[in-house]
Amino acid sequence: MTLTRLSHIARSKGDPKVQHKGPSSLPGPDRLARMLGWFSIGLGLTELLAPARVARAVGLEDKQGLIRAYGARELASALPTLSIDKQIGLAARIGGDALDLGTLAKALHRDNPKRRNAAIATALVVGITALDVLAYVGTKTVHRRDPGSERDYSDRSGLPRGPEASRGLARQDFTIPPDYRAEGQVAAALPELAA
Amino acid sequence: MKALVWHGIEDVRYDTVSDPEIEDARDAIIKVTSCAICGSDLHLFHNLIPAMLPGDVLGHETMGEVVEVGSAAKGTLNKGDRVVIPFTIQCGECEQCRRGNFSVCRRTNRKAELADKVFGHHTGGLFGYTHLTGGYPGGQAEYLRVPFADTTHIKVPDGIEDEKLLFLSDILPTGWQAAVQADIEPGDIVAIWGCGPVGQMTIRSAILLGAEQVIAIDTLPERLSMAAAAGAITINFLEESVIERLNELTGGEGPHKCIDAVGAESHWGAGQPDTLLDRAKQMVMLENDRPHVLREMIYACRVAGVISIIGVYTGLVDKIPMGLAMNKGLTFRMAQTHVPRWTDDLLRRIEDGQIDPSFVVTHKVDLSQGPEMYRTFRDKQDGCIKVMLRP
Repeated sequence: MTLTRLSHIARSKGDPKVQHKGPSSLPGPDRLARMLGWFSIGLGLTELLAPARVARAVGLEDKQGLIRAYGARELASALPTLSIDKQIGLAARIGGDALDLGTLAKALHRDNPKRRNAAIATALVVGITALDVLAYVGTKTVHRRDPGSERDYSDRSGLPRGPEASRGLARQDFTIPPDYRAEGQVAAALPELAA
Repeated sequence: MKALVWHGIEDVRYDTVSDPEIEDARDAIIKVTSCAICGSDLHLFHNLIPAMLPGDVLGHETMGEVVEVGSAAKGTLNKGDRVVIPFTIQCGECEQCRRGNFSVCRRTNRKAELADKVFGHHTGGLFGYTHLTGGYPGGQAEYLRVPFADTTHIKVPDGIEDEKLLFLSDILPTGWQAAVQADIEPGDIVAIWGCGPVGQMTIRSAILLGAEQVIAIDTLPERLSMAAAAGAITINFLEESVIERLNELTGGEGPHKCIDAVGAESHWGAGQPDTLLDRAKQMVMLENDRPHVLREMIYACRVAGVISIIGVYTGLVDKIPMGLAMNKGLTFRMAQTHVPRWTDDLLRRIEDGQIDPSFVVTHKVDLSQGPEMYRTFRDKQDGCIKVMLRP
């Protein structure tokens, strides 16, 4: 409500102002997608700006460049996830999850002193992957055009006298205003030119 | 009162808001009897049009009954009058209003300074739209304050249903202006891109103005069936090449007149590779609109033809083939609709039975279902072409 209240400064005294908010038009899967998009931005920025910390935390010190690249990937997938074409972003996120899991698998070997952290990170990515899949399937379902819902409007002409009888009907009492004329000037000028 | 309120991208809510109040002697308040969701509301729904604020009341297709009139509007407008409200707010006195260019009225945009910075020179005020056009609360609500009400209304008679009159507020005059500004002459072949509500009105207007052949381009079967109902030849752009088909239908010369009833949000997909690039650029804010239709029209149009743009564009567009347009000698004409310029004439045509705009309404629901209907309309579900709401 804070932003909405703040926006009152742009309104005049007699303008309606929100007193009580109703439920959003955003269905559940869209809201989940939005949360995942913002999560991508947070994680992406962390990976991009502090790759050394992330790498140390899971024992992948030699993979800082890769982690930075993953950060850029997270940000790139966040854009469509937060847009109206969220399925593209979510599909990209699911692909990214697979890459993350593949990379983390390398940190799960016995010799890694941060193996426990890597295992926790793997579990988190598995959980996030599940949410990504849930959001992807959910958004696809809620925005789908049901195959059986097509309508035939071939009886809606909107021209009570029928299309053929209506053709040119307005010409009986309407001419295109002079300031709307776009053509005909050259042809109209020809006889004059010939003369 | 209750109203449909914008709260952010894809977030519209049925909120409780304070009642509108008279602010100026020229204001009036109307009790809304019917309103509708317009295709351009979807640009707001998608947050493509800049300068929307959370808490903005949506809606610019509204009609109702006058319940309160400011002192200066009395006489012209009285309590109990049945009125349709144009989506454009006009003073009726400035230079542009006197010329009939009501959508660019010089006096009704209350945020003109802001708009001047963006547009160079501001446009008129619009209901339920961006703060660049004044940020006036819209009419998807139980009540609407109408500024400059003495000149911003269309009085309509009793005895005709709302659904026949409501669209005088926008889509009927918009379709009519699209056809008029294309300078349609009897015998013309007219191609219309987009068979949404405005495209449908444009098809009927083109026929009334005497177009010999109307070609309607879209991909949704229900929209194409509605276009065909008015006698248009249809092209499904996902099933056939628009350019090849247009050439076939016009002896290889192209349509005389091309009308864009699509605007900023062209369909995008692999079948039209330019749209993929547009969509990607849109996401990273390198481009505002997807102008595929505009590009295709310039390519398809007959030499020395006319391009009429009525679909809403929001900002910057890329890769427009200006070289083609210039060398082919095309004429471009575009504008937001100057609603009152056409409405007396169109009201007479409705009364006369020349056109019945109610054909376009596919969903008639309570205002409280508005948020859900925004989604249904956007996702083209349930055969939805036009949603009419009743508070």
